[in-house]
Amino acid sequence: METSGVSNPVTAVLLNFRGYDTLLEMAVLLVALLGVWSLGSAAVYRRSNPEPVLLSLVGVLVPMLLLMAGYLLWVGADAPGGAFQAGSVLAAAGILMLLACKRPPVQLLGWSLRLVLVLGLGAFIAVGVSLLSASGMFLQYPPGLAGALILFIEAAATLSIGVTLAALFLGGRLDPDA
Amino acid sequence: MEVAVENMPWGVMVILLPLAGALVCFLWPRRSVPLGLLGALGVVACVTGLCWQVVEQGAQRYTVGGWGAPLGIDLYADGLSLLMLMMTAVVGLGISIYSSGYFEHKTAVVFWPLWLFLWTALNALLLSADIFNLYVTLELLGLSAVALVALAGGADALTAAMRYLLVGLLGSLCYLLGVALLYHSFGSVDIAILAERMELSPAVWAAVGLMSAGLLLKTALFPLHFWLPPAHASAPVPVSALLSALVVMASFYILLRLWLEVFPPGAAAAGQLLGLLGATAVLWGGIQALRQTRLKLLIAYSTVAQMGYLFLAFPLGTSFAWKGALYLLLSHAMAKAAMFMAAGNILRFGGHDRIADLDRVAQRLPLTLAAFSLAGISIMGLPPSGGFIGKWMLLDAAFYRGQWWWALILIMGGLLTAAYVFKVVGYAFTQAEVTHEASRVPAGMEWTALVLALAAVLLGLFAPWPLALLDIGFPFSGGCAE
Amino acid sequence: MNSILLYALAGVGLFTLGLYALIVHAHLLRKILAINVMGSGVFLVLVSLGGRTPGASPDPVPHAMVITGIVVAVSATALALALMLRVQAKTGQTLLPEERLE
Repeated sequence: METSGVSNPVTAVLLNFRGYDTLLEMAVLLVALLGVWSLGSAAVYRRSNPEPVLLSLVGVLVPMLLLMAGYLLWVGADAPGGAFQAGSVLAAAGILMLLACKRPPVQLLGWSLRLVLVLGLGAFIAVGVSLLSASGMFLQYPPGLAGALILFIEAAATLSIGVTLAALFLGGRLDPDA
Repeated sequence: MEVAVENMPWGVMVILLPLAGALVCFLWPRRSVPLGLLGALGVVACVTGLCWQVVEQGAQRYTVGGWGAPLGIDLYADGLSLLMLMMTAVVGLGISIYSSGYFEHKTAVVFWPLWLFLWTALNALLLSADIFNLYVTLELLGLSAVALVALAGGADALTAAMRYLLVGLLGSLCYLLGVALLYHSFGSVDIAILAERMELSPAVWAAVGLMSAGLLLKTALFPLHFWLPPAHASAPVPVSALLSALVVMASFYILLRLWLEVFPPGAAAAGQLLGLLGATAVLWGGIQALRQTRLKLLIAYSTVAQMGYLFLAFPLGTSFAWKGALYLLLSHAMAKAAMFMAAGNILRFGGHDRIADLDRVAQRLPLTLAAFSLAGISIMGLPPSGGFIGKWMLLDAAFYRGQWWWALILIMGGLLTAAYVFKVVGYAFTQAEVTHEASRVPAGMEWTALVLALAAVLLGLFAPWPLALLDIGFPFSGGCAE
Repeated sequence: MNSILLYALAGVGLFTLGLYALIVHAHLLRKILAINVMGSGVFLVLVSLGGRTPGASPDPVPHAMVITGIVVAVSATALALALMLRVQAKTGQTLLPEERLE
C-alpha cells in the first residue's frame, strides 16, 4: 500500500494494483461511443433559443462543475474521488452546455475531438510501454514516481471520460460537415 | 538481439498492439485500411514471437504492474491459450485481408477500429488468468461485436444486434455475480489461487451455476442458441465470419478453463448434462440448417450444431477428448470463416444468397465454390481434414470410456452436415440461364476464402505439431479433467 | 442475520427482479432498465460482501470492481439506447420481432 503512490485504497486498486482492468474498461467506453457513432448522426436540437433561466443556470453551474471535477481528480489520491468521478462531473458540465445549445465549434469536431477521446487510453498505454522498456514489466510504477504517473494518467482519463460521456449523451455522430 | 527477442514480453505485446492499432485507426480514418492491415500483420508477428517463446521456454506468466496474483492481475500463456491465439491470428489476418476489399470507405472507418478492439479483447481474454479481468474482456468483446453486427444497418441487423446485446449483457451479469460469490468465498479472483483454495459450499455451487449459465448463453449452446442465427446471418460478411469463427469460441474457452482448473471435481456430474445438450445442439442445428433457404442462415445454424460437438468432450473428460474437441474448434474456426467468406462472395456476385437460385456459380466463381466445398469437407469431418482428426479423437475417447452413444451422435451429425453442404453445392452446379446481373468479386476475397478452407483441410495432415503444443503447461491435468 | 448478509440478499433480490422484468416485458426500454436493475443488484452484492466485518475498513477491491462495472454498464446502456432508437426508426416499433403482439 505504501509503495502504490496513493493513499486512497480504491484508487490504488483501480490505477495501480489492477490498473490493467481500468485500461480495458476505458476501451469499453470508447467502443460504446464508436458503436453509437456508427448508428447515425446526432439528432439536431429542436429548440434554437433556450430559456433564459437555463442559460443563467449554465453560467453558474458549469464553472462550479469544472472546479469540482478538478478537485475530485486531485483529491482521489487520498480520499474518495478519482478519474471516473471527475470525468462524470465534467460530462455533466458538457451536457448542461449541450442542453443550452452551446455546441462546440465545428473546427474542433474533427481530429481534435478524436484526440481528446483517445487521450486517456493513449496516456495509459504510453506510460505502460515506457515502464515496460525501462523495467521490463508492463505498468510497473517505480515507487518514487507512482503518485505523479497515476495523477498524469488520471488527468488524461478524466478529460477523455468526460468528453466521451457527453458525446454518448448526443446519441450519434457529430458531423463537422452536417 | 536474440536476448531481446527472448525476454520480450510478447504476451503483453499481443494485447497492446491491436489496442494501439485501434486508436491509430480511429485517429486517422482516411488511412484506416492500410493502418488496420499493418496492425493485423503486427499482431501476427507478436503471436509468432509468443509461440516461439512458449515453445522454447515453456508456459509464460506475466505479472501486470509487477504485483503478482493475489493483489494484481496475471497473464498466463500455456499451450491451450497459445493455440487459441494462433488460431485467432490466422483467421484474424484472413478476415483483415478480406475486409480490406469488402467495405466502402464510410463503413470501413468504423469497422477497422472496432475490429481491432475486438481482436484486443480476444487476445486479452485468451491470456487472462483472472476471473474479474475475464469479465472486462468479455464486455469489451461483446460490445464491439454488437457494434459490428449493427454496421449492416438494415432492420434485420439492428434487431439482431439489439437482441445480441441484451443476451450478451445478461450472460455477463450472471458471470459477474458468480465472480462476486467466488471472491467472497476465497478472497481472490486469480484462477490459480482459486484452484488451490477451492472448497465446496452452497455459495460456490451457486457461483458455478451462474457462471456456467452465463457462459453457455454466450456460447449459444442449445437451447440458449436462439440469438445466434439472426445475429450471425444479418451481420456484414467479415463480421459473420469473425463472430462464428472466433467470438463464440471465446466464452467456450473461459468455460473450459474454469471447468478444468477452478470448478470443484463434483461438477463432473454436470458433464453428462452438457454432453446431452451438446448432442441435441448437433442434431437440432443440423436439421435447422437443412431447412434454411438462405445461405448465410444455413451457415449460422451450422455453427449452432458445430458448437454442440465441443460439449461432447465434457462427459468424456479425458485429455484425449479435450484435445479432440479443441482440434474440432480449431478447424471449425478456419472452415467456418472460409464458408462465410464464400457466401459473401456469392452474395456480392449475384446480389442474393437464396440457395435455390445459386445457379451456375460453379462456372463463374470456381475459386469460391472450391473454398466452400473444402470448408464443407472439414465441417463434415471427412479425411484428411482437421475436422476429421477432431471427430476421430472424440470417437476414440467415447469408445474408451464405454459411452458409445456419443459416437452415434458424431456420426448422425456428420450425415446431417453432409446433407446441408451437398444441398448448397448441388444447387450451385445446376445448369440454368443467367437471369441476373453479376458483379465482379475482387480476387483477394476469393483467395482468402480458399486459403482458409485449405488450411482447415491441411490441419488434418499436420496434426501432431498442434496437438503437441497443447501439452505445454499441462492444461488438461487438473480439476475435473479425469 | 447481520446487515452485510441483508444487503447481499437485497442485491440477489434486485438481480432476480431484473431478470424477471427482462423476461416478461416486451418493450426494449424496459428490458434495458431491467438489465440495469440486475447490474445494480450485482454491484450491491459485490460492495456488501466487501465489508467483511462490520466496523473494520472495507476491502477496497470489490469497490474498484464496482467502479469498473459501473463504467461498463454506462457504456452498454448508452449503446443499447442508441440501438433501440435506431430499431424504432427502422421498424416503427420498440420491440423485438418475436415479441410483437400474438
